[in-house]
Amino acid sequence: MKIDASKPLEYSTEENSNKIFGFWVFLGAEIPLFATLFTVFFVMVDRFASGPSGSELFEIGPVLIETFLLLTSSFTIGLAVHAMRLGYKKAMMVFMALTLLMGLGFIGIEITEFVTYVHEGATLQTSGFLSSLFVLLGTHGAHVSFGFLWGTAIMIQLWRQGINPATANKAFIFSLFWHFLDVVWIFIFSFVYLKGLM
Amino acid sequence: MDLDKFKVHGEPLIYGAMISIALATIGILVGLTYFKKWGYLWREWLTTVDHKKIGVMYILAALLMLFRGGVDAMMMRLQTAAPEMKFLDAQHYNEVFTTHGLIMILFMAMPFIIGLMNVIVPLQIGARDVAFPRLNAVSFWLFFFGAMLLNISFVIGGSPDAGWSAYFPLASLEFSPTVGNNYYSLALQISGIGTLITGVNFIVTILKMRAPGMKLMKMPMFTWSVLITNVIIVFAFPVLTVALALMMFDRLFGSQFFTMANGGMDMLWANLFWVWGHPEVYIVILPAFGIYSEIIATFSKKNLYGYTSMVFSMLIISLLSFLVWAHHFYTMGQGAMVNSFFSITTMAIAVPTGVKIFNWLFTLRKGRITFTTPMLYTLAFIPIFTIGGVTGVMLAMASADYQYHNTMFLVAHFHYVLIPGAVFAVIAGFHYWFPKVFGFRLNERLGKHSFWWIVISFNVTFFPLFFLGLMGMTRRMYTYSEESGFGPLNMLSFVGAVGLAIGFVLLVYNIYWSTRYMPRDTTSDPWDGRTLEWATHSPMPVYNFAVVPKVRTRDAFWSAKQENMPLFEDKITKIHMPSNTGKPFILGVIFFFLGFFLVFSMWIPAIVAGVGVLIMLAAMSFDRDHGYYISVDEVMATEKKLMRGETV
Ligand code: HEM
Ligand SMILES: [Cu+2]
Repeated sequence: MKIDASKPLEYSTEENSNKIFGFWVFLGAEIPLFATLFTVFFVMVDRFASGPSGSELFEIGPVLIETFLLLTSSFTIGLAVHAMRLGYKKAMMVFMALTLLMGLGFIGIEITEFVTYVHEGATLQTSGFLSSLFVLLGTHGAHVSFGFLWGTAIMIQLWRQGINPATANKAFIFSLFWHFLDVVWIFIFSFVYLKGLM
Repeated sequence: MDLDKFKVHGEPLIYGAMISIALATIGILVGLTYFKKWGYLWREWLTTVDHKKIGVMYILAALLMLFRGGVDAMMMRLQTAAPEMKFLDAQHYNEVFTTHGLIMILFMAMPFIIGLMNVIVPLQIGARDVAFPRLNAVSFWLFFFGAMLLNISFVIGGSPDAGWSAYFPLASLEFSPTVGNNYYSLALQISGIGTLITGVNFIVTILKMRAPGMKLMKMPMFTWSVLITNVIIVFAFPVLTVALALMMFDRLFGSQFFTMANGGMDMLWANLFWVWGHPEVYIVILPAFGIYSEIIATFSKKNLYGYTSMVFSMLIISLLSFLVWAHHFYTMGQGAMVNSFFSITTMAIAVPTGVKIFNWLFTLRKGRITFTTPMLYTLAFIPIFTIGGVTGVMLAMASADYQYHNTMFLVAHFHYVLIPGAVFAVIAGFHYWFPKVFGFRLNERLGKHSFWWIVISFNVTFFPLFFLGLMGMTRRMYTYSEESGFGPLNMLSFVGAVGLAIGFVLLVYNIYWSTRYMPRDTTSDPWDGRTLEWATHSPMPVYNFAVVPKVRTRDAFWSAKQENMPLFEDKITKIHMPSNTGKPFILGVIFFFLGFFLVFSMWIPAIVAGVGVLIMLAAMSFDRDHGYYISVDEVMATEKKLMRGETV
């Protein structure tokens, strides 16, 4: 493996830069995935049958906290990458840990929300609207949960091996993923919750 | 647990299938043990990350599926050969046409093409490997075990029965209560994820791993077609992923996406399915265009006419393929404006396709043509595909489609595009590239015999269906009365199908015969080829090229031969290769069980399998094996042996 010292560590081998490019292509596939889920949601948004509508169901409080957590975690993962570029392993680990904790908080709130909905009689089976709501939010939530496990695995490797071309590459790709989830959430926040509350 | 769910009742056919599956499995296991091949199988194949071997496995699996889909086809043709036949009952006919369509498109045509591109594309661009060799193995095993999951449905629990398009509400739990459509959603999901990964892998491979000097506009046409195809895969397959997931939620968890009450919407399925489904047919046809372009140029001894327009027509086709999906349901009440829009976009596809046909004809003009087997398939493709295209334009007229919709006319049309457009192409590509992979040609005389059987019988099978359609015979109809008058043409079609079967058997026999008796090729360039894959040895060493070629022109190998432009200038250096791994295979097995448990709603085992998947992913992430180096001496030794015509 040739290491090109003129490039940041995460890009420094051919394999590494291919991996980053490949991940961008993969995110290219995540766009139609979420676009389809959003389309399904917009088709279903007024089909509540006998169940509740969005404005009856949504509460702004928890959603604002979720948004705050995810936006902040996107910032901290950026700081983690910055620390990585400077070679500060400890700082990097701390920022990654913060990111993952906020992700965990996000998932916790989302699960509580789901439980509340179900208690109010709004289940996956109730209506087309609720089916598409649960699946859209659930897919995003599943991505965050997966990200939590993935990020943890990367942290273990960082802790064991330190910052090297392989771990730097993984952490950088993970940060792309995390930012992407943030972007998707902004769409969910605006077009599902805010629009639904109106 | 309710064991009855697993049983498929009563039919001699199904017992036959069970017994043959059991016997084949036992036979393979005993054979492997007897010849002490377990270690060989594991080391050389199940754990391989070599793109050539993965390609070969794709092609083997596709041939197997061609056989399975072909048996389905024969059963259908037999059942409809005469009025009031009693061979299959209605339910089995439904299952058979559904699995036939699914298998032919998703588990035969597409993997065959992915197999060819795995073998050839890295060679054509002068690369040592694909960008992500291990992910490539993951792709293959997900495809393979997805296919197996669908295949066992016939004997465990029952196959999907709502057509390959699985329209709702027909495919809902209410109207299709067996587990068949659960299999549909899970088997396609698993193999679909594999395909998506392939898409990512090959986009990166082609964009990032080309030999120095190979600009985009110097790439061989097959590589171009593969690049465009993979872009379609990356944009289309996520839609399928979502559609299948929603289907699974509806069937397993009672959600209301496609239901008829509680706010569900059955047309949503039709739209999602065809937003993926229409591009899917271009995923199988565009690479075919690439294969034909290579073959025509090689066997006419000419540069491809209109290279640039070939590339642009493929780009335009790929864009349009996303804009035509609703031509599949003109008659389902979407109004005149929508129908007109989709009618126009559909017909527009004929324009770039026509451009390609004329380019091929101009390439042939004044060429020094040799009529080899691959060339014969290519020449047969042009007129037959044109019939398919013309009838496609007839179907594209929304108002006229009210007449042909869901009749045998449609069945004839899509077989007239898919068989020459995909099947002839993969067979042609198979004959063309076979000597590259194995170091000897297939027998030409046997090849031509099977060609004539296939091409003539194809027309005998499917041409009558145009007339049957116009006479009013609908598709997916398992029997008909004497008075309808459909009998004679259906009988003719059955006779054709038998001829097709003979043609395919001859093809397989040719592989067997040639393996035993054909002389080994010493030149590595049996067809006087033009592109880089012919510049290395046949069969090629693991590292493809001892020295990475330098490309200066299109058809780099041809110019190297004609104008004495050197291809390999650098000195041999040590070569980095990825090491084998069993993890992708194990991941595939776990996915298979995950799918199976979900099909039968066995939640606890399903959760265990799901955790297994996560553990395997973690194991891959923690893997620190960075491959190995082949030393200069070793490369030199291998090259010397290959020069002498020995195998390595
Ligand atoms: C080898 C000879 C083949 C024969 C004799 C054959 C015959 C048939 C028949 C009889 C049907 C069902 C018609 C009906 O009842 O509606 C059918 C459907 C179909 N075939 Fe083939 N077929 C062949 C090859 C292929 C190939 C190579 C492909 C694709 C690459 C293909 C794709 C399909 C599809 C997608 C359907 C529609 C299934 C559905 O209605 O859900 N067939 N074929
Ligand atoms: Cu279409």
